Amino acid sequence: MVAKFELSDDSVVVIIGTGAGGGVLANELAQKGVKVVALEAGGRYLPEDYINDEWDSFGQLAWTEPRTTSGDWRVSKDFSGLPAWIVKAVGGTSIHWAGASLRFQEHEFKAKTHYGDVDGANLLDWPIDPAELAPYYDKAEAKLGVTRTGGRPGLPGSNNFKVLEKGAKALGYKEVNTGHMAINSVEYDDRMACQQTGFCFQGCKWGAKWSSAYTDIPRGEATGNLEVRDHSHVARIVHDDKGRASGVEYFDQDGNLQMQKAKIVCVAGNSIESPRVLLNSHSSMFPDGLANSSGQVGRNYMRHTTGSVYGVFDKPVRMWRGTTMAGIIRDESRHDPSRGFVGGYELETLSLGLPFMAAFLDPGSWGREFTSALDDYENMAGMWIVGEDMPQETNRITLNHGVKDAYGLPVANVNYTDHPNDRAMRDHAYARGKAIYEAVGATRTLPTPPYPSTHNLGTNRMSERPRDGVVNMHGQAHDVPNLFVSDGSQFTTGASENPTLTIVALAIRQADFISNEMSKGNI
Amino acid sequence: MATKVSPKGMTRRQLLARATVAGASFVVGSGFVAARNAAWATELTAISPTAFATLVQMARDIYPHDKIEDQYYVIAVKGYDTAETAPEIAMGVSALDAAARGKGFASYLYTSWEDDRVRILRGMEESPFFQKVRGGLVTGLYNQKAIWPVFGYEGESYSKGGYINRGFDDIDWL
Ligand SMILES: Cc1cc2nc3c(=O)[nH]c(=O)nc-3n(C[C@H](O)[C@H](O)[C@H](O)COP(=O)(O)OP(=O)(O)OC[C@H]3O[C@@H](n4cnc5c(N)ncnc54)[C@H](O)[C@@H]3O)c2cc1C
Ligand code: SF4
Repeated sequence: MVAKFELSDDSVVVIIGTGAGGGVLANELAQKGVKVVALEAGGRYLPEDYINDEWDSFGQLAWTEPRTTSGDWRVSKDFSGLPAWIVKAVGGTSIHWAGASLRFQEHEFKAKTHYGDVDGANLLDWPIDPAELAPYYDKAEAKLGVTRTGGRPGLPGSNNFKVLEKGAKALGYKEVNTGHMAINSVEYDDRMACQQTGFCFQGCKWGAKWSSAYTDIPRGEATGNLEVRDHSHVARIVHDDKGRASGVEYFDQDGNLQMQKAKIVCVAGNSIESPRVLLNSHSSMFPDGLANSSGQVGRNYMRHTTGSVYGVFDKPVRMWRGTTMAGIIRDESRHDPSRGFVGGYELETLSLGLPFMAAFLDPGSWGREFTSALDDYENMAGMWIVGEDMPQETNRITLNHGVKDAYGLPVANVNYTDHPNDRAMRDHAYARGKAIYEAVGATRTLPTPPYPSTHNLGTNRMSERPRDGVVNMHGQAHDVPNLFVSDGSQFTTGASENPTLTIVALAIRQADFISNEMSKGNI
Repeated sequence: MATKVSPKGMTRRQLLARATVAGASFVVGSGFVAARNAAWATELTAISPTAFATLVQMARDIYPHDKIEDQYYVIAVKGYDTAETAPEIAMGVSALDAAARGKGFASYLYTSWEDDRVRILRGMEESPFFQKVRGGLVTGLYNQKAIWPVFGYEGESYSKGGYINRGFDDIDWL
């Protein structure tokens, strides 16, 4: 029985966005008996709707409304209107994600303490004790069915993994395996095992990969406490004269402006849209945007230090067969400044189909140097670099008043410039990637620049002191007690791991906090 | 340069017989372009045949794959043959021809060697015309399923049950 709440019902928790963060929070709250209205800008798509075709799938699921870019990152030149690759659908980017699910390391929660002062970086320790988060990581791994945790077996190694593994071992790397993946290696939680179709980025048609679209969302709806309104684009959060959030204005599927009253509002639109919503919610009481007395809303945008390395061999690899990202080398994710940078990085297998390879291998390049690489597509192996990038105040999301979306709202501008630490790390990782493939006999290796951001973090960060960030250790806004941030934008720093497991762990933890505070009458 | 005969209602052979020659590998007539070996021919509505032949040559020079036939490059740029885009293409091709003349060739199409043509393109790679054509090719060419087998790419796999029993881990040379 799917719930239906009145617009005037001011007892509901309104969640903006239904991806990894919002989708999980919605279900967790609904399971506890809390009434939830989830507003999602995109439509509903289930495994039977997903398309095994890169551009068609992108057209079906991606957020393609206008955004602008600035800064000296190469994405701004190559993909000036597409700074990030994010899904707009019920389930959010958890439809596209590859499933790599790693816990942050203890030192990464205390980056400022361990890395010290880094020039130009706005480093801060997370206001969370890693030991306190550990049980939530357990719950998140169980929810997502993460392999190599909780007694769940690892996935079998694909061709692409075997090449990576052999090169890594030749170089003496020790922590090399098929990853901690939110992809079933055996049937689990009513979802079947991976069939190695190789279109993890396009939505898993078998449901072997976890996505909130077909797990948490329908389960939350089944409680009768959750109403998901799709095609509902949030314009702004409104507040009462005491400065508490009182409702959410959104455009419904017919483009009409509606106003849903709320007891609590949780923002989970991913790290570009979440600060955009807060900034667009400015009022006479909050002229710089909601929850922004620190001026930190939109700042410290992080996207991970990324890049890819492709190795070309004299024989076929056929990297597109099988799971996209089930393969990892973890040895470089330690903090070891003797390498010339703070923090660390992971190396993970990656494959793109031919159409995306053509678009992303070396955007803008042409001629035989480029096409000869593609001619060897069948003989390529690929890996992706995921490293900790430095939070910088000037890397930020701002409102671009010169460009409006279909509803007349100013769009987000994404400004990003690599920190010298990011560049040093990327160069180190490129060199290691090249060495790994050469150790297996690569005849050519190609460094590929960062793609539009798939990991978007930090723009409403957690801080101990209100002046350093936007939310406290529970994701609760320092300025507005009944306003929460429930996605990756609350990350204080980015760590070297893919972010989603941590987003999910924080959402489960936040659901506990919110329902406790509600029952105590504190919010 | 082209004769005023409409190609409508003629056989491909007649078409080719009426054609005037442009460049090395194309046959250009009124309202159509064809391959010299008659492997393909395409009718045009808005764009001039010479400009279209130039565009096809340019497409191959930008993303040269010797195992891919011209017809796929034709498909990749055919979308520019509209009343809306034809003027812009005509201007771009004129600029390209002017650049070729600057290097001592009669036109881009009459620049015989790939190396020379690539040099001409390098000289104008920042121009909006070049960027538009190159950018369009990324999807216009590589998203054609018909050419994927040339690269070994197998495309959709769900309907075949994925690769779990079809070689996801069959590498035998490591
Ligand atoms: C190709 C790809 C591969 C990835 N692989 C991995 C991986 O292997 N491991 C990993 O950890 N992470 C991976 N990620 C990242 C992962 O998908 C994200 O970290 C995660 O989905 C973020 O969760 P979220 O809740 O913050 O946002 P999302 O999941 O993006 O959800 C946000 C939702 O909010 C909606 N929304 C936004 N603004 C509004 C508004 N104004 N009104 C209403 N709704 C709105 C959006 O439509 C969207 O549905 C990958 C991402 C991509 C693109
Ligand atoms: S490879 Fe596995 S997880 Fe990825 S899409 Fe296919 S079945 Fe799903």
